[in-house]
Amino acid sequence: MLFISNNTGAKMETVKITIDNKVIEVAKGTTILKAAKEAGIHIPTLCYLHLHDLNIENKPAGCRICVVEVEGRRNLAPACVTECLDGMVINTHNIRVLNSRKTVLELILSDHPTDCLICAKNGDCELQTMAQEFGVRKIHYEGEQSTYREDTSPAIIRDVDKCIMCRRCEMMCNEVQTVGVLSAVNRGFMSVVAPAFEMNLDHSECTYCGQCVAVCPTGALTEVDHTNQVIRALADPTKTVVVQTAPAVRAALGEEFGMEPGTLVTGKLAAALRRLGFNYVFDTDFAADLTIMEEGTELLDRLTRHLNGDKDVPLPILTSCCPGWVNFFEHQFPDMRDIPSTARSPQQMFGAIAKTYFAEKIGVKRDDMVVVSIMPCLAKKYECQREEFATDGNPDVDFSISTRELAHLIKQSNINFNDLEDEDFDNPLGESTGAAVIFGTTGGVIEAAVRTAYEVHTGKKLEKVDFEELRGMDFIREATIDFNGLPIRIGIAHGLGNARKLLQDIKDGKSSFHAIEIMACPGGCIGGGGQPLHHGDSSILKARQKAIYREDAGKTIRKSHENPYIIQLYEEFLGKPMSEKSHHLLHTHYFDKSKEIKVVE
Amino acid sequence: MANIKLSAEKLDELKAICKSFKNDKGELINVLHKAQGLFGYLPAEVQEVIAKELSVSVAHVYGVVSFYSFFTMLPKGEYPVSICLGTACYVRGAEKVIDEFKRILNINVGETSPDGKFSLACLRCVGACGLAPVVLVGEKVYGRVAPDGVKDIVAEYTK
Ligand code: SF4
Ligand code: SF4
Ligand code: SF4
Ligand code: FES
Ligand code: FES
Repeated sequence: MLFISNNTGAKMETVKITIDNKVIEVAKGTTILKAAKEAGIHIPTLCYLHLHDLNIENKPAGCRICVVEVEGRRNLAPACVTECLDGMVINTHNIRVLNSRKTVLELILSDHPTDCLICAKNGDCELQTMAQEFGVRKIHYEGEQSTYREDTSPAIIRDVDKCIMCRRCEMMCNEVQTVGVLSAVNRGFMSVVAPAFEMNLDHSECTYCGQCVAVCPTGALTEVDHTNQVIRALADPTKTVVVQTAPAVRAALGEEFGMEPGTLVTGKLAAALRRLGFNYVFDTDFAADLTIMEEGTELLDRLTRHLNGDKDVPLPILTSCCPGWVNFFEHQFPDMRDIPSTARSPQQMFGAIAKTYFAEKIGVKRDDMVVVSIMPCLAKKYECQREEFATDGNPDVDFSISTRELAHLIKQSNINFNDLEDEDFDNPLGESTGAAVIFGTTGGVIEAAVRTAYEVHTGKKLEKVDFEELRGMDFIREATIDFNGLPIRIGIAHGLGNARKLLQDIKDGKSSFHAIEIMACPGGCIGGGGQPLHHGDSSILKARQKAIYREDAGKTIRKSHENPYIIQLYEEFLGKPMSEKSHHLLHTHYFDKSKEIKVVE
Repeated sequence: MANIKLSAEKLDELKAICKSFKNDKGELINVLHKAQGLFGYLPAEVQEVIAKELSVSVAHVYGVVSFYSFFTMLPKGEYPVSICLGTACYVRGAEKVIDEFKRILNINVGETSPDGKFSLACLRCVGACGLAPVVLVGEKVYGRVAPDGVKDIVAEYTK
């Protein structure tokens, strides 16, 4: 028996295989696909998806693009699910294999619209790239094309004609997010991925987290494009157009312009937004600092009352800045909707302040101001359309566009992004601290809250603002922070399936946390549904996370309550955190959106 | 809040069916089968309850219901018409008979007429090959049905 040792030093059983004439040794149980990768051989895949750092894998073995020849076997084997056996001789690129792959691809293409030129995924589609790499010039199979109605929700468009039934979206929605909106339905030629009863997404329990969009290899799932509305607002001389940009955008936008993942483009981003013609270039980070003031105060208030024996005060307090997460608990745990903080998301806090405080300051009427947000997120598109975030029908945030949409807008506007000189955000709503930047990653919101809550509660200065124990990529993390003798237990979950676990614990009375941070997207907003597509490479998310912490470390001010413009905002306008005005503008309430089985006669 | 409408009695029976399979999601197909026996079809409400009881998503339940042609989401008509599509019946012109029913009733296979009177379904060999082509209306068997005999069968039930 052969053994190799893994990084923990333990021995594991191995097998020896020959792959494209190379003899290699791999751990027993390794698939041919992974073995090939270890040997530096690329086998194309379509349905298979492996987000290594997040431990997410989709292998329905449905598409058969990855077939290889195993000598001695009659049929070609799908590399993504076939395990290496000792002595196997594998050919990954001989003529038989290449022909078979091309046939499979042509069959897929024979039931696929060929309107690539006007597809939202043009240039960023895995199927298109593959057709190009395989050199497909003609489709030798003619057949009926399946057609299905298009489904447009407030955030996501389903154009199922472009679906290749890889079922990645289904895996994301069911296994990772446990929302369970999507399933393969019908049979054969009629089969599609759809919500129950083939209803539209906006009638389902979809959270608009956009994780299905983030993994869809084709144009079957895309975001609702709001760039035209933004262009129109920018061209309207009667409008003052204000833009805010979320923390995670600066750590990912560069990828759309060919930069290394993890490149920070904060300065170029501000410059590009100014070139696009926005009148005021602000930062959602400002509102993130504001969120900490409100949410942190609420945390301390609930904690103090709870510790003083008021058992009506529920703990733990849950963060509420992620609208995907808000949608989730409104549908799935409505009876627990008094536990999350009432603080609005930074996007909405920004909109509310921009259209009151700031509009007054510059003497612009509410109706003449347009607030645009640049978000890593698709749930924000839905959030800004919620009725409770509008005054007399005028929304606090008019349009929310994704990181990807912004990249398109920049390219369309003939701006040479890579050559832009760094610029700063405008004031007052553009100043922010390191605490705000880390909102972009899992663990960041609660770390930011701890930095402020600690100092407010203890009256002492933090010696070290970095809380390494709250960082990382593990799906569920916990830590205890010493608030001057008072141990505060903190939980963190990202990905809604993990959030569900923590919620169930609370429901069952098994949770001992004081505060929990929840982000709908794996990795937090750096992995949001509106970010540049990672195409299955999860190291990109890690690089973005590192960038976020780098940006934080480089900031002079790293605690929200020290942001001078936040202090000014409270002095001039809001009074203090949780004041009546704050409640009115910065807090919200949640709804029961569950389906209940009601008995009728 | 969206409500799901079912009578208390039916709801209890449905839950009992789920329970008889230990609310095991692996038994979904059997649960659906029994439920269809109880209701005659599987309306959305019933699928919602089953999903909840077995802790699976409604989308998944619907996925299964829509995959198997045996399951139907439409109530059967007062007079369910079934046409045998077994080999013998097929060879002797069952398809033309189906087309005639479709034309006269103005519904497709798997559908129920708007007045709730007739529904149309296809069956595998019903074991009466000597009588091919065979049509069943409820329990009643009609043999050697020719397309021009269809209107008489329909007339029997529309009097
Ligand atoms: S947006 Fe999220 S919840 Fe909605 S279908 Fe996609 S993965 Fe599921
Ligand atoms: S919608 Fe996209 S991700 Fe989902 S099965 Fe179709 S192609 Fe795959
Ligand atoms: S984690 Fe971030 S990107 Fe994802 S839904 Fe929540 S706010 Fe949006
Ligand atoms: S990638 Fe292996 S079967 Fe699709
Ligand atoms: S084939 Fe119709 S009864 Fe046998």
